[in-house]
Amino acid sequence: MEWEVVIGLEVHVQLATQSKIFSGASTAFGADPNTQACAVDLAMPGTLPVPNEEAFRFAVMFGLAMNAEIGKRSVFERKNYFYPDLPKGYQTTQLEQPIVGKGQIEIHLEDGSSKTVRLHHAHLEEDAGKSLHDAVFDTGHGMSGIDLNRAGTPLIEIVSEPDMRSAAEAVAYLKKIHSIVTYLGISDGDMSQGSLRCDANVSVRLKGEEELGTRTEIKNLNSFRFIEKAIKVEAQRQIDLIEDGGKVVQETRLYDADKNETRSMRSKEVANDYRYFPCPDLLPVVLSDEYVEQIRGDLPELPDAKCARFEKEYGLSAYDADQLTQERPTANYFEQVAAKSGEAKLAANWVMGELAALLNREEKSIEQSPVNAEHLAGLIARIKDGTISSKIAKQVFEAMANGDGDADAVIEAKGLKQVSDTGAIEKLVDDVIAASTAQVENYRNADPDKRPKMMGFFVGQIMKASKGQANPQMINKILKEKLDALL
Amino acid sequence: MHQLTIAEIIRGLRDKQFSSVELTSHYLERIQQLDSQFNSFITVTSEQALNEAAAADARLAQGDAPALCGVPVAHKDIFCTNGVRTSCGSKMLDNFVPPYDATVIDNFQQAGAISLGKTNMDEFAMGSSNETSFYGAVKNPWDVERIPGGSSGGSAAAVAALLAPGATATDTGGSIRQPAAMTGTTGLKPTYGRVSRWGMIAFASSLDQGGPITRTAEDAALMLSVMASPDAKDSTCLDRPVQDYTAHLNDSIAGLKIGVPSEYFGEGLDSEVGARVQDALKEYEKLGAELVEISLPHSKLAVPAYYVIAPAEASANLSRFDGVRYGYRCENPADLRDLYMRSRGEGFGEEVKRRILVGSYALSAGYYDAYYNKAQQVRRLIKQDFVDAFDKVDVIMGPTAPNPAFKLGEKNADPVAMYLEDIYTIATNLAGLPGMSIPCGFAHGLPVGLQIIGNYLDEARMLNVAHQFQQASDWHQQTAPAAE
Repeated sequence: MEWEVVIGLEVHVQLATQSKIFSGASTAFGADPNTQACAVDLAMPGTLPVPNEEAFRFAVMFGLAMNAEIGKRSVFERKNYFYPDLPKGYQTTQLEQPIVGKGQIEIHLEDGSSKTVRLHHAHLEEDAGKSLHDAVFDTGHGMSGIDLNRAGTPLIEIVSEPDMRSAAEAVAYLKKIHSIVTYLGISDGDMSQGSLRCDANVSVRLKGEEELGTRTEIKNLNSFRFIEKAIKVEAQRQIDLIEDGGKVVQETRLYDADKNETRSMRSKEVANDYRYFPCPDLLPVVLSDEYVEQIRGDLPELPDAKCARFEKEYGLSAYDADQLTQERPTANYFEQVAAKSGEAKLAANWVMGELAALLNREEKSIEQSPVNAEHLAGLIARIKDGTISSKIAKQVFEAMANGDGDADAVIEAKGLKQVSDTGAIEKLVDDVIAASTAQVENYRNADPDKRPKMMGFFVGQIMKASKGQANPQMINKILKEKLDALL
Repeated sequence: MHQLTIAEIIRGLRDKQFSSVELTSHYLERIQQLDSQFNSFITVTSEQALNEAAAADARLAQGDAPALCGVPVAHKDIFCTNGVRTSCGSKMLDNFVPPYDATVIDNFQQAGAISLGKTNMDEFAMGSSNETSFYGAVKNPWDVERIPGGSSGGSAAAVAALLAPGATATDTGGSIRQPAAMTGTTGLKPTYGRVSRWGMIAFASSLDQGGPITRTAEDAALMLSVMASPDAKDSTCLDRPVQDYTAHLNDSIAGLKIGVPSEYFGEGLDSEVGARVQDALKEYEKLGAELVEISLPHSKLAVPAYYVIAPAEASANLSRFDGVRYGYRCENPADLRDLYMRSRGEGFGEEVKRRILVGSYALSAGYYDAYYNKAQQVRRLIKQDFVDAFDKVDVIMGPTAPNPAFKLGEKNADPVAMYLEDIYTIATNLAGLPGMSIPCGFAHGLPVGLQIIGNYLDEARMLNVAHQFQQASDWHQQTAPAAE
């Protein structure tokens, strides 16, 4: 039996507004507990919410980037449930009339193919606070701490249609969302701080089946890797269950990364009745066409457009252009290197190769890169003008990464300049030929077809003798002339 | 001195006939001596009041006195007062001291008014008799065995007993107008959104509106001019400049068209109350007004619609009282569920619990359309009735309440009978219109209120209409025997 996995994602993105969605308190991450919670966030009696215009602008930007309908009239509703980190006893959210309606985006998969994922809607809402169950609060009475700094932070909840068919597609979709929100600058997208969180709805069905299987919802996945693993393991659990004659129960499950398994959190059957109704403290928000068009006009270049432009303008492959445009800082870095060095293809190779490896090794973002775009461009210029070989360039790059200055300074200080002097290279060739009588004899006796291959030995010896600095093209030319003269 | 109206007090203070300290001391003494009979105050802030009065006297002496400088008023205990316990009439908030002022409180402070203290009220403003207060029932100064009306019963009784010349109040379904009618005072509920709700503890957010209770329409105009303001802290507050509500009090009302809805004079209306209202209408005709019979066909649906919408909103508004951050918390909770259930079970009174249950039910899955949605549809029809009526008339008049003040405990066993006391006042809240109640005589020896309903933001005309009646009558000048 061949199974198909069906996945829909609910992604919560914290918006990078200065203040909260309904109060003036700051949204900055990492402050001491309850120092960024005002009377409104604490739901003190008589306090009232006032909507933050910036949150609406960010949500509209997102909707436009998702090619989505914009809700010209959006309504906040109260979602009622009791929890200690939900101060009002209800979450202010949108249900019937969200700010962003249906839309769609293109996702790019590793095999080079693309796929369209449909957006069901996206709505604005407030985040809850945090319950802290650390021992520090537990004085033996089963007490928990409440931190309301996060309470009231604006979120957009982005709900996809169940259009994804593998964990890899889900990750590609999430990466696309991440890319869009960070391109727009409406979120820092930092999953480790909870700025971007994901719930995955997963079901399985036999391939060719029309009807969707019973789904489970995996809550609070906070890294791309966990999402991929959690979906895979949950899909397999469902398949095994059904193949063993069991039935999938609709429920919320939690992913345990240590054990790489999901486990039941609570059954939807006993879930709350949230008793949604329109919030009477907030009037419907009506957006004018001018307002939306103004935002559209101010949108930055988005990943897909940038990718297409990179292919066209820099002659990059679709794969390279996509890799370079996934994150806006990477794209910016590349463009600076390409412009300054005048070598787009080399710039692309270096950014995706040596630079990416360096950043990965040092666990740094491109904005924290020890080698700045200007230095990398300088290095590429020296490769291009023949001052150094690609091989030496890697050495120079490492030196730049260690803070030894720009490429010219490193080349100068370490004497890495490529040897292109004919006399010096002739001397190196002569020395190696003289020291390699056996190999020269073999070369002379070899079949002419095999000879080019045999040259590699001599080139290697010459390179070694020059400490890698001899110009490889010149070595090849002179060596061939000298060996052929011995025939 | 306690016979003076606010207008007279303002003149007296400016003419140096008495000081604010003298006046404030006088009221504080009266409260101390008399209020045990009425229970109209929950908290009296004597020291603060005298300090404020001294500061007001200094400003008056310097000649830079704002509108209500040195005038003592009382505030319903629903308005948050910085540093002063704000209970909302509930055990739940018996220990609650807000760290902020309601915009209304701030407005009175800016205007130089003195706060005598916080007045009693039905718990969370839920009631029509002021019997649901955690601090005990308020008694009507006209007959202390009778209710003063609710939920602003404390404010109405304090003004009727001459313990304060004016008081703030709130009105969700009649809570200003009905107690004003019961106590022979003048009460005004403004257009929804005219007075900021910031810091006014919410009962039903789409219906709640603050307003004054005074002895005259002129005083109501003076208080409303201070109380009303645009407010960036309340998204539902109207961003319109506030009028000087005293400016048109003396305009002639000749040619005024008064709509008289037939639905407000039908079954359930006490015949003596009806007769007093008819007398008042005749008086208006003498003043040159024209009576126009109108119909508000959906009137009978107002009470049922209200008792779905208001409890629905209340059920969510009161969720924040959970024993976690402030307010009442039960002793030794066993776990979270126990903390919630006992804090709320012990902290809320019966009527509040009843409304939370009704509201939660109306919003439940499967019932939402039949109750909440239907009630909202009815609300739109009721509003349309008024919009149509105001095409033909300038103001609408009728009784404020169907009966004069009833006896304490009389309707406690029958919530629906109690709810019907608001039958004439609720529709204006549903429509968001301004309404007033002014004294228009006595029935069975008790005060009767005439209700005046104005068009949206037409408070100035409503006050003009009320003032002209008070110029031609002396019902508002009658004082309760117990006030002497």
